[in-house]
Amino acid sequence: MSSLFEEIREPVAGDVPVRRVSITVNGVRRTADVEPRLLLAHLLRQGLGLTGTHTGCDTSNCGACTVLFDGKAIKSCTMLAVQADGHEVTTVEGLAGPSELHPIQEGFKDEHGLQCGFCTPGMMLAAKALLDENPNPTEDEVRWALSGNLCRCTGYQNIVKSVLWAAKKLQSQSAS
Amino acid sequence: MQVPVPFDYERATSVEHAIGLLARLGPSARLVAGGHSLLPMMKLRLANFEYLIDINDLHNKLGYVKVEPTQIRIGAMTRHRELLESPELLRSFPIFHDAERVIADPLVRNRGTIGGSLCQADPSEDLCAVCTTLDASCVIRGLDGERVVRMADFYRGPYETAVGDAEMLTEVRFPLRPHGSSAYEKVGRRVGDWAVVSCGAAVWMDDGVITDARVGLAAVGPNTTGIPAISQALRGRPPSQDLYAEAGAIAADYCTPVTDQRGSAEYKRHLAAELTRRAMRRAVARVHGREL
Ligand SMILES: Cc1cc2nc3c(=O)[nH]c(=O)nc-3n(C[C@H](O)[C@H](O)[C@H](O)COP(=O)(O)OP(=O)(O)OC[C@H]3O[C@@H](n4cnc5c(N)ncnc54)[C@H](O)[C@@H]3O)c2cc1C
Ligand code: FES
Ligand code: FES
Repeated sequence: MSSLFEEIREPVAGDVPVRRVSITVNGVRRTADVEPRLLLAHLLRQGLGLTGTHTGCDTSNCGACTVLFDGKAIKSCTMLAVQADGHEVTTVEGLAGPSELHPIQEGFKDEHGLQCGFCTPGMMLAAKALLDENPNPTEDEVRWALSGNLCRCTGYQNIVKSVLWAAKKLQSQSAS
Repeated sequence: MQVPVPFDYERATSVEHAIGLLARLGPSARLVAGGHSLLPMMKLRLANFEYLIDINDLHNKLGYVKVEPTQIRIGAMTRHRELLESPELLRSFPIFHDAERVIADPLVRNRGTIGGSLCQADPSEDLCAVCTTLDASCVIRGLDGERVVRMADFYRGPYETAVGDAEMLTEVRFPLRPHGSSAYEKVGRRVGDWAVVSCGAAVWMDDGVITDARVGLAAVGPNTTGIPAISQALRGRPPSQDLYAEAGAIAADYCTPVTDQRGSAEYKRHLAAELTRRAMRRAVARVHGREL
């Protein structure tokens, strides 16, 4: 036993469909048996323990559950885990390197881009999708790219500054 | 945590495969495209199905904007974002660009498709108004081949279309006519929300006179509606502020809004008139190469 307890799982009833999925999550291939009705957000959080992906509204409105799906920002509460089979998913846990923060994370730290932090993982991934495509965005372009992500705390001002900070840092990194 | 009832899932590998599955499984099966209307409904259990047939792998076949001499063809799996970013559509039908800027948000636009939008047939669906304005036709494929249905015949009521149980929408076609342009106006309660009212307009001109005009309104009736009376009133007349106001008055008269959490019927009627004026004005300016 790898810990002090082990949950004994009841076998799944025979008439409930189950599918095996293989998803590359943050560069690592993860395989799981899932019911087709399982949402990607729930597989990430409950199945794989990657609780950095938050679920806020659960109704496709807030963007807290944003992850990258084959490099594009999507709402993981509105995609089935089976739909991600064979695809690549990046969550906030995939941003930092082994020893240092990702420049986007540094930006949020430096520019005070968060208060409670609930929206932050989603914001950072929406920002990553933007900067991967457009390394030098204007303030307007940042606001536009983040317009599907809601924040109840910051008033957005510092979030936008954080992303612009990260854009500068990433550019100076790639220049040197 | 919102979870749909249990269902089985299969990925379609071709249009024929998808239609074959629909035919075999019957009305308990549904296609899932972007999933941004279907999955929220299933999570709330407003809709329950036993099978979902995922057509996202058909994006490489059905995700396209093709320009031909007399028409533009758009594949059913073309995503909102691709419509927003298409230079061909911006040139020929700027109404798409106007509308896509105000449909949902970038995350939803990365997934939602034109096919899903039309087949959802929500009375507030913006792309339905765009397609109505542009007099589009829908290509519907079934076991026995294809048929083409004009937008005017596509909607059968709220959330109901001409697409049958074992059928699939594969393409939307837009006739290209010279000397025309188009525009879209929407009022929503906040960014990314559905319309309180939205309005598309397209005009064609010759020698300073309107040869044809079309208006499509969303969120003010059971389905997005084209308004033939506006076309009739405007043909053969030179554009003017008064004429736009006349078109607006017809729109307000014609539509059938209801009072709901987005606004009173009276307010929506006011918007229908005002947005028709604005969209007409902008479309006419664009015919003359000007941007308002
Ligand atoms: C937060 C949010 C905000 C939104 N705001 C707006 C807005 O402001 N304006 C607006 O217009 N829309 C809005 N939408 C809806 C959005 O545009 C959806 O993407 C769209 O309604 C459905 O497209 P889809 O590809 O996701 O369809 P799905 O949800 O996959 O499918 C919808 C329906 O169409 C059927 N279907 C899909 N494709 C086909 C096909 N090829 N042939 C036959 N049947 C098919 C499905 O079986 C299902 O019944 C919003 C959605 C969300 C989640
Ligand atoms: S939890 Fe997915 S959009 Fe809010
Ligand atoms: S920091 Fe609290 S919701 Fe954004």
